[in-house]
Amino acid sequence: MNVTIRVRRQDPESESAAPFWQDYPLEIEDNATVLDALIKIREDIDGTLSLRCSCRSSICGSCAMRINGQAGLACKTQAAASLKAGDIIEVEPAGNMPVIKDLVVNFDLFWNKIMEVEPYLQPQGPEPEQEYVVSNESMLHLSGVTACIMCGACVSDCTVMEVDPSFLGPAALAKAYRFTADPRDGDDAGVSKERLEQLNGPSGMWDCTRCLECVQACPKGVAPMERIMAMRDQAIAAGLRNTNGARHTEAFAESVEQTGSLDELTLVPKSLGMTNVSGLLSYAPVAIQALTHGKMPPLIHKKIEGVENVRRLFEKVDETER
Amino acid sequence: MLEHDVLVIGAGLAGMRAAIAARANGASTAIISKVHPVRSHSNAAQGGINAALTDRGDDWEDHAYDTVKGSDFLGDQDAIEVMCRSAGRALIDMEHFGVTFNRDDEGYLGTRAFGGQRRARTFFVGDFTGQALLHVMFEQLIKSGVRRYEEWFVTSLIIEDGQVCGVMALEIRTGQVYAIRAKTVIFCTGGLGRVFEPSTNALIVTGDGMALAYNAGAQLMDMEMVQYHPTTLAGSGVLISEAARGEGAYLLDKNGERFMQRYAPNMMELASRDVVSRAEQTEINAGNGINGCVMLDCRHLGESLIMEKLSQIREIGIDLAGADMIREPIPIRPGMHYMMGGIKTDVDGLTNLPRVYAAGECACVSVHGGNRLGANSLLDTIVFGERSGNHAAEAARSVDYVEFNVEQAVRKEERRIQELLDRPVNGDRIASIRLGMGESMNRNLAVFRNQEGMEESLGDLEQLQERYKTAPVENKGKIFNTDLVFALELGFMLDCAPPIVVSAIDRKDSRGAQARTDYPDRDDENWMKHLVVSKGETGPEISYSPVSITRWTPEERKY
Ligand SMILES: Cc1cc2nc3c(=O)[nH]c(=O)nc-3n(C[C@H](O)[C@H](O)[C@H](O)COP(=O)(O)OP(=O)(O)OC[C@H]3O[C@@H](n4cnc5c(N)ncnc54)[C@H](O)[C@@H]3O)c2cc1C
Ligand code: SF4
Ligand code: SF4
Ligand code: FES
Repeated sequence: MNVTIRVRRQDPESESAAPFWQDYPLEIEDNATVLDALIKIREDIDGTLSLRCSCRSSICGSCAMRINGQAGLACKTQAAASLKAGDIIEVEPAGNMPVIKDLVVNFDLFWNKIMEVEPYLQPQGPEPEQEYVVSNESMLHLSGVTACIMCGACVSDCTVMEVDPSFLGPAALAKAYRFTADPRDGDDAGVSKERLEQLNGPSGMWDCTRCLECVQACPKGVAPMERIMAMRDQAIAAGLRNTNGARHTEAFAESVEQTGSLDELTLVPKSLGMTNVSGLLSYAPVAIQALTHGKMPPLIHKKIEGVENVRRLFEKVDETER
Repeated sequence: MLEHDVLVIGAGLAGMRAAIAARANGASTAIISKVHPVRSHSNAAQGGINAALTDRGDDWEDHAYDTVKGSDFLGDQDAIEVMCRSAGRALIDMEHFGVTFNRDDEGYLGTRAFGGQRRARTFFVGDFTGQALLHVMFEQLIKSGVRRYEEWFVTSLIIEDGQVCGVMALEIRTGQVYAIRAKTVIFCTGGLGRVFEPSTNALIVTGDGMALAYNAGAQLMDMEMVQYHPTTLAGSGVLISEAARGEGAYLLDKNGERFMQRYAPNMMELASRDVVSRAEQTEINAGNGINGCVMLDCRHLGESLIMEKLSQIREIGIDLAGADMIREPIPIRPGMHYMMGGIKTDVDGLTNLPRVYAAGECACVSVHGGNRLGANSLLDTIVFGERSGNHAAEAARSVDYVEFNVEQAVRKEERRIQELLDRPVNGDRIASIRLGMGESMNRNLAVFRNQEGMEESLGDLEQLQERYKTAPVENKGKIFNTDLVFALELGFMLDCAPPIVVSAIDRKDSRGAQARTDYPDRDDENWMKHLVVSKGETGPEISYSPVSITRWTPEERKY
C-alpha cells in the first residue's frame, strides 16, 4: 500500500524553529499501523524525525499524537483506515503540551497535575494482615480506570485545558477517581472525603464542561468525563454542597424547574455567585471557545411547552423529601 | 555534583521496587530511566504474578518444585526457595500499595491457571497485570521521595581503580551529558529482546545494563537460555498472553486437532513454555500449520469471559492481526520473549563486582534456569528488587564515594558521543545493522538450534560489529535525538549477542529453552551446570558454576 505520511515537524535547534509540514511518501504493509509507518520513516528514510514509541501494543502510553486532527495512539491506529484524500495521513504532536521536537511533547504539565491529586492509596484505618477483602465488582470497576496508560491523548484534546491550563484535566481527575472510588481509600466506609474536598475546589471536578473530547480520544476506554461526573455525585453524597459545583447543580435544578430546560447562560453566574466578577471573567475564554466550536447556548432562553408539568415533578420531589 | 548513596539504573518493576526499599532503609536514593518509569517494559506483562498463599491451602514448596521442574533443573534451588517463600508477602504488599487485583466471589484475591504449574496460583488484574503493578509501583515511588531522572540514558559506567563509582548519562531532552556519583549501583535495566527480530519485547528492551556490566567485568550467566513464547503474532511478534490458555484456550493445527495431546497429555496447552513452543515448531516444520502458524482458539470461552478477563489481548488481536478471538481463532507461533540469563548475582542481588547489584530480567540469580514459568518474572522483579535495594542501602552505609575527575569524565563522554555524530555518511544505516543481527539470531538461536547455524550467526555478528564501527547517525542535533539513542542501544545489543551464541555453542546438550538438533538429549552427567561468560581479551570467555540443589533431585521432565 502506498501512502504519504504528512508530519508536523519542529526543530528547536534549526534557524527558524517554526513548525512545518513534511511529506514522506512510502510503501507499507496493508495492515500496518500509523506507528509502523513512522518507524519505517525513522529507520529507512529520515533518522532526524523524533518520536516516542516503545511497546507497539497500546500499553506503554508513549505514542499519543494527533492523527488527522484527532488525538490517539499511533500504534493503535490502522493506516489503511486513516487515509484522507490523496492517500495522505496527517500526523501532529499531541496538543495542550509544548513541543520539544517533532512529535515529542513536554509532559511536565501532565505529570504535575497527576502529582496534585496525591496519586497513591491513602487508607485511614490499620492495614489488614492479609489482603483487603473487597468485592470483585468494585475492583473490576476500578480496573476500568487503572487501565489508563497516561498517554495524554485526553489532555491533548481537552477543550477546557486549552483555555484554562490550571484545570486539573481529564487524566488527573480520572486518576483521582481511581482513589475516591476505591473502597480501600479513605475512611472505613471507603469515603475519601479529604480528596473530594480538594477536588471540589477551583480547577477541579466542576470545571469540566462535558465536551466529550476526552472520551473520544482515550484509547483505553477510561472515559475520563464519566469518572468526573461520578466524582461529582460522590462529592454531593459526601455532603460537599457549598461549592461552585454544588451551587451549579442547584442552579441547574432551578433553571429546569422554572423553564423546563437548561439555561446555560445563567448557569455560570449563578454557580459562581452573581457578584463574583473575576470568577465570571475567567469563564470568558470558555465562552469564546464554546462559541468558536459551535457549542454556545442560545442567548434567549425559552420555556419549553408543558413546563408546568416539569414544575409539578419538582413539587412532587420536594414533597417526598419532606 | 549529582551524588546518591544508591543509584538504581532502570525504573521498571525491579528498579522501582529496589529504589523504594533503599529509600525506606534511609539511603539517599535516585533512579534513572531512559523512558518515563510508567513506559518501562514491565507494563507489557499481561497474564499475572505467581505466589503460593498459605492461608488458602497452597504451599510455597509446591510452587518451588514447579519452578525447579520448569527450569529443567537448571535453576538454583536455594534462590528459588527464597523467591517462593517470599512470594506471599510480596504479593500482599502490592495489594496494600493499591493494586486492583481481580477477586473471587468472597472478595479474596482471585487466581487463574498458568503453564507448568499444578495449581492455579497466578494473581492478576484482567490481562494487564504488569501495567497495573507498574503504575502502582510508580505511585509508591512518588510517595517515597526517591530522586527521579526521567528520560536520562546511561551511556557508560565510571570506573576508578576497577571500582564502579557512578554512571555517565545523557539527558535526552537537552542532549547534556552528566556524571552521577554513587556509592552503590543497582542494575534493573530489563531484558534484551530486541537482539532478536521479531520479539514480543518493546523497542526499548536492548540489553543496555547487561552490556554495561559485562564490559565492566561483571559475569553473565545462563545466556544460552532464551525463551520463545508459544503464542506470538506473526509479523510484529506481539504477544498473546498465556492467560488465554490459562483460561482454557486450545492450540489447533491446520486440521483442527489439539496436537498438544501428543506432547503433553496431562498438562496439554499448559505444559512449560519450552515444551509447547517445541511442539508448535515441530508441527509447523512438518507442514501441519497454516502460513507458518498454528491456531489459538478461544471461541468456546464465550464472550463474557473474554470481555472480563482477556479484553486487552482481544483488542491486540483485532488491531494487529485483524482477528476477533470471540469469533475466530488467531494465528500464532513461537516468538522470542524473555531472557533467562543475565548478570550473575547472589540471592541479595550482589554481582561479582563490589558494590554493584542487579535485579529483574537483566539479572540471573538463577531462579529460572533453563526455562521461566509464566508469571514468575514479575515475582522475580519485586522479590529480588526489594532484596537488592535493602542490601545496597546497607552496603552504602559503610563506604565513601570514590573520588574522580568529574569534568574530565564528562568531556571524555561528550567526545565519544561527538565522534559518533561526526561519522560521515556511508550509505549504511543503524536500523539495517540491527535487522541483520535480529534476523540472524532468530534464524539460528530460536526454538531449535545446531552447531552450523550458530556458527553462522557468530560470523554474522563479527561483520555487523565491523559495520557498526562506521555506521553514521543521521540526526546531529542535541535535543531529543532519538537517532543517537538507537545507535547507542545497538552498540549494547551487539555486545550482548556474542555471549548468547558462544554459550549456546558451548552447551552440548538440550535442556530447557536450548534444544539442539545435534545434541537432542539432556546430559546431566556433563552439563548439569551453569555457563558463566566474562569478557576476555579477545572475546567472551566461558567458565562453569555448579547448580544449587537443596531438596529436589533432577529427574526426567514430563507434563
Ligand atoms: C509481552 C510480555 C508479557 C509478559 N507477561 C508476563 C507475565 O504475565 N508475568 C510475568 O511474570 N512476566 C511477564 N513478562 C516478563 C516481565 O514483564 C519482565 O521480565 C519484567 O517486567 C522485567 O522487569 P524489569 O524491571 O526487570 O525491567 P523493565 O520493566 O524492562 O525495565 C527496564 C528499565 O531499565 C531502563 N533502562 C534500560 N536501559 C537503560 C539505560 N541505558 N539508561 C537508563 N535506563 C535504562 C528502562 O528505561 C526501564 O525503566 C512479560 C514480558 C513481555 C515482553
Ligand atoms: S469532557 Fe471535561 S475533561 Fe473531558 S475533554 Fe471535555 S472538558 Fe476536558
Ligand atoms: S485517560 Fe485515556 S487518554 Fe487519558 S491518559 Fe489515560 S489512557 Fe490516555
Ligand atoms: S508504542 Fe506504546 S502505546 Fe504506542
